[in-house]
Amino acid sequence: MPVPFFMATLVLYLIGTGFFLAYLLRRSEALSKVSLAITGIGFLAHTVALLTRMMEAGHVPLASFHEAMSFFSWTLVLVFLIVEVRHRIHVLGSFMLPLALISLLSAAALPKEVPTLEPVLNTVWVHVTLSMLGTVGFAVAFVAGLMYLIQDGLLKSKRFNVLYAKLPPLDFLDHLNQQSIILGFPLLTLGIIAGALSAEFARGSFLNWNPEQLWALVTWVFYFVVLMGRLTVGWRAKRAAYLTIIGFACVILTFIGVVLKGHGAIA
Amino acid sequence: MNIIAVGISHKTAPVEVRERLAVPDSRLGEALHRLCSYPGIKEGVLLSTCNRVEVYAVVEDVEVGYARVQEFLADTHLSLSSEQLTPYLYWHMDDRAIGHLFRVAASLDSMIVGEPQILGQLKDAFEAALTHKASGVILNKLVKKAISVAKRVRTETKIAETAVSVSYAAVELARKIFSNLGEKTVLLVGAGEMAKLAAKHLINSGVRRVMVTTRNPQGALELAKRFNGLSIPFDEFRREMAEADIVLCSTGASQYLIRAEDVQQAVRRRLNRPIFLIDISVPRNIEPAVKDIDNAFLFDIDDLEMRVEQNREERRREASRAERIIEEEVRVILHWLKSLDVTPTIVALRKRAEEIKQAELEKVMGRFGHLSPQERGAIEGLATGIVNKLLHGSLVTLKAEADSAGSAMFVEAAKRFYSLDQAPTPEHQDSTDTPESEREHSGKDR
Repeated sequence: MPVPFFMATLVLYLIGTGFFLAYLLRRSEALSKVSLAITGIGFLAHTVALLTRMMEAGHVPLASFHEAMSFFSWTLVLVFLIVEVRHRIHVLGSFMLPLALISLLSAAALPKEVPTLEPVLNTVWVHVTLSMLGTVGFAVAFVAGLMYLIQDGLLKSKRFNVLYAKLPPLDFLDHLNQQSIILGFPLLTLGIIAGALSAEFARGSFLNWNPEQLWALVTWVFYFVVLMGRLTVGWRAKRAAYLTIIGFACVILTFIGVVLKGHGAIA
Repeated sequence: MNIIAVGISHKTAPVEVRERLAVPDSRLGEALHRLCSYPGIKEGVLLSTCNRVEVYAVVEDVEVGYARVQEFLADTHLSLSSEQLTPYLYWHMDDRAIGHLFRVAASLDSMIVGEPQILGQLKDAFEAALTHKASGVILNKLVKKAISVAKRVRTETKIAETAVSVSYAAVELARKIFSNLGEKTVLLVGAGEMAKLAAKHLINSGVRRVMVTTRNPQGALELAKRFNGLSIPFDEFRREMAEADIVLCSTGASQYLIRAEDVQQAVRRRLNRPIFLIDISVPRNIEPAVKDIDNAFLFDIDDLEMRVEQNREERRREASRAERIIEEEVRVILHWLKSLDVTPTIVALRKRAEEIKQAELEKVMGRFGHLSPQERGAIEGLATGIVNKLLHGSLVTLKAEADSAGSAMFVEAAKRFYSLDQAPTPEHQDSTDTPESEREHSGKDR
């Protein structure tokens, strides 16, 4: 059973989140090392948990919502670690890790049994993987937007506190926001196409106009507009930050809708 | 043998006194020779900067040393008598003198705490003392240690990290908006001193494109040349503002030169890329309403000064952490100094010889199990004789040099020749010795 590793990851992310939040509010830089180490170990445990689950199930562990959420959390931490290694922005962990923890907690709350897939649905993991990766992009954009708004507010109100000292420059956050959408949007697009194709094969209709599918389309259109606005008429900086926060809220709503209706299995 | 520090600094003497005592580089050699020619002064280092003139010396007697160094300082300028100098001087001995040296090196005693120049000045002073053979074993070790302590303080505390001048605070703020100043453009409006200084700091921090405008076109051309930038006609700069990421404004104008709508327009033309405006003019030249425009960040002189004050506060906080590092390092160096005393070295040397003798004897005796008492006595006598004869010269020399200028050098040499530091037993002895040595030092201080 991969459950021990899953639980270990959960505990490590919880402790890591605690340390990262303490780091955020303390003047000292020393806590960042501890937080990073815990996160790193947690990530390894998480990787083992995912791999064991995959071997047990005999397919990519993305057939249930539990698996999807766990994968989502894992990718978030991966992205954080990559950005951390490249730019040494520890404070990003104070925002990303709580998000990873929340998604892992929701994974824990969802049914954990390995679903047996009908043969027609065994391509569904392509849809899930791509959509999840796209969503990770939006999540990072959300975090960057949130950090942007905080730093913007601190600069505008001239409150040069600990948070101000730790947050990275505004244009870095704006760039991170842009890159995440640029990477996330095509992935989501492919994810939706893959989903439509699987549905076509499984049900014979690629779209049956249920509310979740509608929400997904709305989200897609929303991000499309956000991306185009940025690339053409300068929807960057503060506006982009607001838009990506709203967008991510839509994504979460879609998710909740799908999960509530689907009761654990993606089909 | 004691270490003393005597001198004046910006804390104790006004500039009129400091400038008279200051020793120019060209006369440093002569001054060091004069310093070391005083009887009782064994080693000396002279640190002369615009904020301080001080002498670190190794002396036989503290009181005599104080008097000699004071004489020396007074002699550097003919119009000063030794007595006139007294109210401005400070005198430190032993651990206090060492602590002072460390604090000076770490820039805790500087006018602007944390400013880095002093370390370079100390290095130069040390070089000069080495060249003129004024410093010896003790001061060499002390100054080198001071330099490493200063580096430790800089890496372990944030004492030199933050901006403590208004012009530099502008750069610090710019860094919170732009991650790479290298690809940014700065527009300098007016030729106020502080703005020019800030522009210089920005260029040093990587800004490459500079645009300059002043009401007087000739002035703009000159400034542009100085900053290797572009001069812009004053009437048109508002339009050019969209090109600039950073606007530095400092003119003598009595009304707003840059209005909110100008900035609004610039931001729009910049497609919402943030613009950073600094108004160092009094009265202000940028309309305060700019602060309500999204993606425009306006800071005036009060904001910058507030930032500087906060940073000073931060430096003071960091300074107390630095003080703890210094206390720790002074203890380490005192321990080393203590080990330079002749008596413990003689004791350690005897002990080491005795140990070697006993070890070798045991080996020999073990091999010949059936020796008569006479034979044993003879072998022991032989060993003792060789050991004593070999040590004799070293011990006599150490005793003879105990009070001479070179004692530290002989002690150091003896310790190396006989590996007194590595031997396990003396080390053990050291650790039981420490509290006593500290007690002794603090006792001396009172």
